[in-house]
Amino acid sequence: MALQILFLIVAILTLGSAIGTVIARNLFHAALFLIGTFAGVAFFYVLLQAEFLAVSQVVVYIGAIATLIIFAIMLTRSVMGREAGALNQWAGIVAVASALIIAALIWLFTIVKFDVNPQPVPDDAIAQIGKGFVSTYVIPFEVVSILLLVALIGAIMLARERHQ
Amino acid sequence: MVAPLSWYLFLGAALFGIGFFGVLARRNAVAVLMGVELMLNAVNINILAFWRFVRPDDPTGQIFSIFVLAVAAAEAAVGLALIISIYRTRRTVNIDEIDLLKH
Amino acid sequence: MNIDLRVIGEAFHQFLINIGLTSGQASLIDWIFGALILLVIFIVLAILLIWFERKLAGRVQDRLGPNRVGPFGLIQPIADTLKLFTKEDITPAGADRITFNLAPTLAVFSIVMAFAVIPFADKVIGTDINVGVVYLMAFASVSSMSLLMAGWASNNKYALLGGFRVVAQLMSYEIPMAFAMLLPVLLAGTMRMNGLVEAQGQFFGLGWNIWIMPAAFIIYLTTALAEGERAPFDLLEAESEIVAGYNIEYSGLKFAWFYLAFFMNTWVLSAVATTLFLGGWQGPFVSQVPALGVVYFLGKTIIMFVIFAWIRATFPRLRIDQMMSFCWKVLVPMVLVLFLLTAIILKLGLPTIAVWLLILLSNVAVFVIALWLLGKGLEKSKWASKRLFTPEIPRL
Repeated sequence: MALQILFLIVAILTLGSAIGTVIARNLFHAALFLIGTFAGVAFFYVLLQAEFLAVSQVVVYIGAIATLIIFAIMLTRSVMGREAGALNQWAGIVAVASALIIAALIWLFTIVKFDVNPQPVPDDAIAQIGKGFVSTYVIPFEVVSILLLVALIGAIMLARERHQ
Repeated sequence: MVAPLSWYLFLGAALFGIGFFGVLARRNAVAVLMGVELMLNAVNINILAFWRFVRPDDPTGQIFSIFVLAVAAAEAAVGLALIISIYRTRRTVNIDEIDLLKH
Repeated sequence: MNIDLRVIGEAFHQFLINIGLTSGQASLIDWIFGALILLVIFIVLAILLIWFERKLAGRVQDRLGPNRVGPFGLIQPIADTLKLFTKEDITPAGADRITFNLAPTLAVFSIVMAFAVIPFADKVIGTDINVGVVYLMAFASVSSMSLLMAGWASNNKYALLGGFRVVAQLMSYEIPMAFAMLLPVLLAGTMRMNGLVEAQGQFFGLGWNIWIMPAAFIIYLTTALAEGERAPFDLLEAESEIVAGYNIEYSGLKFAWFYLAFFMNTWVLSAVATTLFLGGWQGPFVSQVPALGVVYFLGKTIIMFVIFAWIRATFPRLRIDQMMSFCWKVLVPMVLVLFLLTAIILKLGLPTIAVWLLILLSNVAVFVIALWLLGKGLEKSKWASKRLFTPEIPRL
């Protein structure tokens, strides 16, 4: 029961900071709200007993992606138009559309019955992930590593300053 | 089990909708990327919720969400590099003004 | 004589149940008490460490160090804290108030959280989660985020430059550090911190990882100096270049928080080095007398801390481009080769002794080859050409 109340509180905080991310005028604040959302999502991974994913979430999203985003904000902020407003002219329509999407998804999740299987998580869940990467999923794993390498080189080439 | 499956799914749905709003309604390109990250997080919550509640004995769910994580990292790196590159030539990151193909 | 330290915790738990609480409430109070005890140890330790490091740095640099307040200047840090209490708490004009105040809290928080997975003795550990090593990395990245927030929120260009350097330095050095931390994990086959220590219990409690992977230990030590922002890698707060880096605008207690975080970070890094490479609480007779584990653990951690303080007091600061190229061109290739070799050796299916010998051999080989290549590179020395004068580099 106490944990369910905790779930609700963290859910409200996570969604609140997600809303903060998309409406904050100051981009740096938006990035901080984004970090708050990532931390909240990591909390739900812990509740789902996916500890490895929770810590990976913190390492990858907060440690790398959020830092990159803040770096990009700092590099592009000199003419950051605060005067222009954060949202574009279609914000109202988009708000209605996303509210509809949320409502439709929630409706879908209430009518569809999933066959829930209340098993405990095996103790060696993390070892299973590791074994999966080198057996069943070895080709996707290699493809993802090539993707990361290509992204690394591509990002360097794109962002590098070219000297005449 | 702390909470039923539907709670996680509702949370994922709400997060996805908020991210969708961010992608379509923000002017700043970096903010659009943040919206994309929110949507990817929502997807990951759903994947892990289904993994936990439907097939906890099979690591596929966790492995898939690790792939999502890796793709999100690659997407953020390339996306931000593109934004910085555009900023360097056009001096703006407002996506309404980046419309060379229109003219 | 089999004294188990958990007996105290169990006795306390039983006492709480006896005075009429349910088991759940008793566990909750247990946890709160445990956290409070850790926190108090944290603060007292920080005060002692600050004194210790200043005294040591004084000795290294042929000074006396603090010697006015209390015996041997022992209460100097408390006097300093009291002074910081009375200072005016300034928030600079144009600063981002909430972020500015949040940053020091987050800096300390991220380091206190790391204490949760450090095993002080057998089973005496906040929580022995099965992802302990990655957990430590996660909170290291939260800590760098807090410094970035401090740099941005101060509305000061030097602080912002400090923030940029945080991104550059801490993120780059996280990569070799993570790999160096994963090498003992490869050998032990677990990421639980206590499991890693248990795996080092051979040879009368002296089968530590440092004997078989010295190069990994040295890489960890180097990256820990960078992650702990200590000289020769303290570019984040280089006074001569960017005044004081990210904490330039902080005064009074908020500055004290950063100071506390800095010292506790070094302590955590020493404790992790002890756990991963120096056998943690393992030592002779520890299976007969578990309480000895705490002594061994604290002794080894203090030795590591002395090494950190010694290096800090001795070496001058590197230049930022030297530091970055050292990370990417020396440490990262080195640790990747080491990781690959160790993984291959473990997969060969040889007897344990042969595996250890091969790992030791690969470590020594990688280290020697890296040093040789580094020497070659320095002979041609692109680095020296940027100086105003070119010193003669003696040929090897």
